[in-house]
Amino acid sequence: MTTTDSRTTDRKPAQIVDMSWDPITRIIGNLGIYTKIDFANREVVECHSTSSLFRGYSVFMKGKDPRDAGFITSRICGICGDNHTTCSNYAQQMAYGVKPPRMAEHITNLGEAAEYMFDHTIFQDNLVFVDFCEAMVKATNPGVLARAEQTAAPRGDVHGYRTIADIMKAFNPFEGEVYKEALKVSRVTREMFCLMEGRHVHPSTLYPGGVGTMPQPNTFTDYLSRLMRVIDFIKKAVAMNDDVFDFFYEALPGYEEVGKRRVLLGCWGAWQNPDVVDYRYQSMNEWGKAMYVTPGIVVDGKLVTNNLIDINLGLRIMLGSSFYEDWVNEQPFVTHDPLGNPVDMRHPWNQTTVPVPQKREFDGNYSWVMSPRWFHQQTGEHLALDTGGGPLARLWSTALSGLVDTPYIKATGSSVRISLPKGDQLPETTLEWHIPKWSNTIERDRARPYFVAYAAAMALQFLEEAMGLLRAGETKVFENFEVPDEAIGCGFHEAVRGVLSHHLVIRDKKIANYHPYPPTPWNASPRDIYGTPGPYEDAVQGQPIFEENGPDDFKGVDIMRTVRSFDPCLPCGVHMYMGKGKTLSTVHSPTYGANHG
Amino acid sequence: MTTQSGTTEVRGEPGRAEERNGIDEIHILWISEGMSCDGDTVSLTAAGQPSIEDVVLGLIPGLPKVNLVNKVLSPSLGGEDFLAPYRAAARGELGPFILVIEGSIPNQNIIEGDGYWTSFGNDPETGQPQTLNWWIDQLAPKAWAVVAAGTCATYGGIHAMAGNPTGCMGLADYLGWDFKSTAGLPVVNVPGCPIQPENFMETLVWVLQHAAGAAPPPPLDHMLRPQWLFGKTVHEGCDRAAYYEQADFAEDYTSPKCLVKTGCWGPVVNCNVPKRGWMAGIGGCPNVGGICIGCTMPGFPDAFMPFMDEPPGGTLSSMVIKPYGAVVRRLRGITNVMVNHEPKWRHNKRELTSGYDPRWRA
Repeated sequence: MTTTDSRTTDRKPAQIVDMSWDPITRIIGNLGIYTKIDFANREVVECHSTSSLFRGYSVFMKGKDPRDAGFITSRICGICGDNHTTCSNYAQQMAYGVKPPRMAEHITNLGEAAEYMFDHTIFQDNLVFVDFCEAMVKATNPGVLARAEQTAAPRGDVHGYRTIADIMKAFNPFEGEVYKEALKVSRVTREMFCLMEGRHVHPSTLYPGGVGTMPQPNTFTDYLSRLMRVIDFIKKAVAMNDDVFDFFYEALPGYEEVGKRRVLLGCWGAWQNPDVVDYRYQSMNEWGKAMYVTPGIVVDGKLVTNNLIDINLGLRIMLGSSFYEDWVNEQPFVTHDPLGNPVDMRHPWNQTTVPVPQKREFDGNYSWVMSPRWFHQQTGEHLALDTGGGPLARLWSTALSGLVDTPYIKATGSSVRISLPKGDQLPETTLEWHIPKWSNTIERDRARPYFVAYAAAMALQFLEEAMGLLRAGETKVFENFEVPDEAIGCGFHEAVRGVLSHHLVIRDKKIANYHPYPPTPWNASPRDIYGTPGPYEDAVQGQPIFEENGPDDFKGVDIMRTVRSFDPCLPCGVHMYMGKGKTLSTVHSPTYGANHG
Repeated sequence: MTTQSGTTEVRGEPGRAEERNGIDEIHILWISEGMSCDGDTVSLTAAGQPSIEDVVLGLIPGLPKVNLVNKVLSPSLGGEDFLAPYRAAARGELGPFILVIEGSIPNQNIIEGDGYWTSFGNDPETGQPQTLNWWIDQLAPKAWAVVAAGTCATYGGIHAMAGNPTGCMGLADYLGWDFKSTAGLPVVNVPGCPIQPENFMETLVWVLQHAAGAAPPPPLDHMLRPQWLFGKTVHEGCDRAAYYEQADFAEDYTSPKCLVKTGCWGPVVNCNVPKRGWMAGIGGCPNVGGICIGCTMPGFPDAFMPFMDEPPGGTLSSMVIKPYGAVVRRLRGITNVMVNHEPKWRHNKRELTSGYDPRWRA
């Protein structure tokens, strides 16, 4: 599956060294990376990724009141819990046959927009960018830093930094100007979130059937005034990221190979259009296409489908390397979808989770996570889709589909145009994100600040529409419902780091089955029964090493950049094993700079 | 901390009148590898009063120098470099440290044979994942103070609900409720799902001031919570409590009124969030329209489920207050009409009718 070409025609005898990092820092959750690196040919030849946490949501939710699902599933994730609540409420609304009032959709959309802005900002500027900051580049690529000091920043008129190195310095942890400002921006955006959803990160005002947030003028003015305070920061962030990433391609020819894989992107869509959505399964294709981020599956740069019904029916949860019993011999919960299409036994609706804790064996079972795949009917492949960390797939699918056309956002078929209003320093600005040549580490990271801008632009539209409804007296935010004796539902949404779906089966007014599928199992899944590796494997295996350090003081920054570009969020657990065992000539674990402070 | 300024050495901290006999430098070893969502670490970054960077950069007077070791915020690349202080602490070779645990503590004893529920790094001997439980067993007895961040770590939380497969619990359940740190402190519990950012920072700063010798230990209640934060109920600080007094209840969520009939447990939950807001005074569940689901409580979540139904006690108390509330609301309505009138002497006619008398004596 990997597209990595052999970069050198004259390969040297391999010098393989074992390198591991466990736990990985500056991500959410628990992840370890185990690699074998060929220092003679400067590439990663093998990699295992492991995360070890099982909590059992699908197990302990059985038999509970389905209305509790949104409150419970928020606790799956401590940085994007609200995405789970929102997705759960989408699934419940389908099961209960209830459509929230339009105002409730706007409030939910505004909350989610604030979440995207907060989460991408803190992750990009305070976690990811430490790998690109001056201190890190000095320790890993001093030659590149020297060049950065001599390179003028092309977009300095926007962000105010003279050289590329000046930008890198501004991202030094706890001391850099932008690092500190990003923490503050992450707080202002969380205040915006709290205005809509009550608190962060586990929201208190989201219910199936609507919200509890009172739409008053100050609800929206308080949000708008904060949004305008961060709008220039967002414009500058895009410019700084573009400058640094363009510089990396230029300073390190071949850097596009880092973290590159075949374009296999999935996006499940974000922000319902309140005028179109009715949460009926039968019309899911129509209201899915009306979302303000278009769902879609992109294979080799082409759109395979953006029909949520196809997307739903193609879901397959595989085993092969995980600590669970298989459920193929259980009774299915759902044999046909509401349209009469057959539902596979490996679909989340029919999944049963039976944990079997056991020893970690990299050549056997080594994972608390399963392997989600998407079955491509035309080719018969079970595709290991990735999310590109979230923004890359969202922008790519939206750009290709060409459906989104709002006052501030326009999808053109090959790009997405984002217009942001005047701020206190910078004029009205139109940013354009173009579909890139590669699905790689840098493009995953580059897409992130663009999506912050996208979320800000959408927030402006939701604010205007919500204020319009408010002034017209349309302030109802909740629609009552009865929990049916038997029902099924599914919700599709974009968590911050990518695809999120919840699948619910109700029997006797209780949860009979509930399976959430967050982005990280997609991105970091282990090999399935067909031996298909997960996305991390493609991305890391065969990637070149550009770090200037040798085995003795190796930091692995190129590998870490790739891993972090996917925005790993591991409370759902990940493991992976790649490649076939190699003979080791040296064994070494990096313990650089291990001072106790 | 000193900074070079020209040729003069400047002390990084203002001089104090009295000499302290406290700790000058302390580590915070934070482990979020309990069964957690990392939501408490993320919540910590929301605090502005004080912010975590203020504490780490020494901007709060009177604290020891703080070395924070936290996976999410650590500038290190990870692995053994990141684990070094934890390993040193386990060997007893690190200076005084505060151990912060985030996440529920699983029961390893129910696993037959090999396997683990959650781990943190590896056992160097076997290469197998090192269980969280091993780390707690090693570090808690050596810690200057032990802090449980969030409801999972304090009382078990969501992952410990009925029907859970992992047998998980809170830190004090694991260590024993009579556990004492080397400084003689019990486990300091800061519940909340997640922690209210400023509640946590305030508690941490108090513990640090205690370490510096500048404050007594923080006052905790019988569930080891800071008294000043959890001594009152949600209802006692709620923006909507006055509606309750007037027996004016929301029937569904499209309402600015008291939510007790739609599932709010505020009257019996120990938490200051409506009073304090969520961050910088913004938000705070019932204020904004969110029912209180009791997320700070030892009984969370099972005692409060199903969340969206009226609490059993609410039926009786709302019935009892109905006659009083109905009368009071009516009387207030009458008075309100009265005080909505200006007095009659405010006019633009040719005579003054305010009762003004220049020679008036009492």
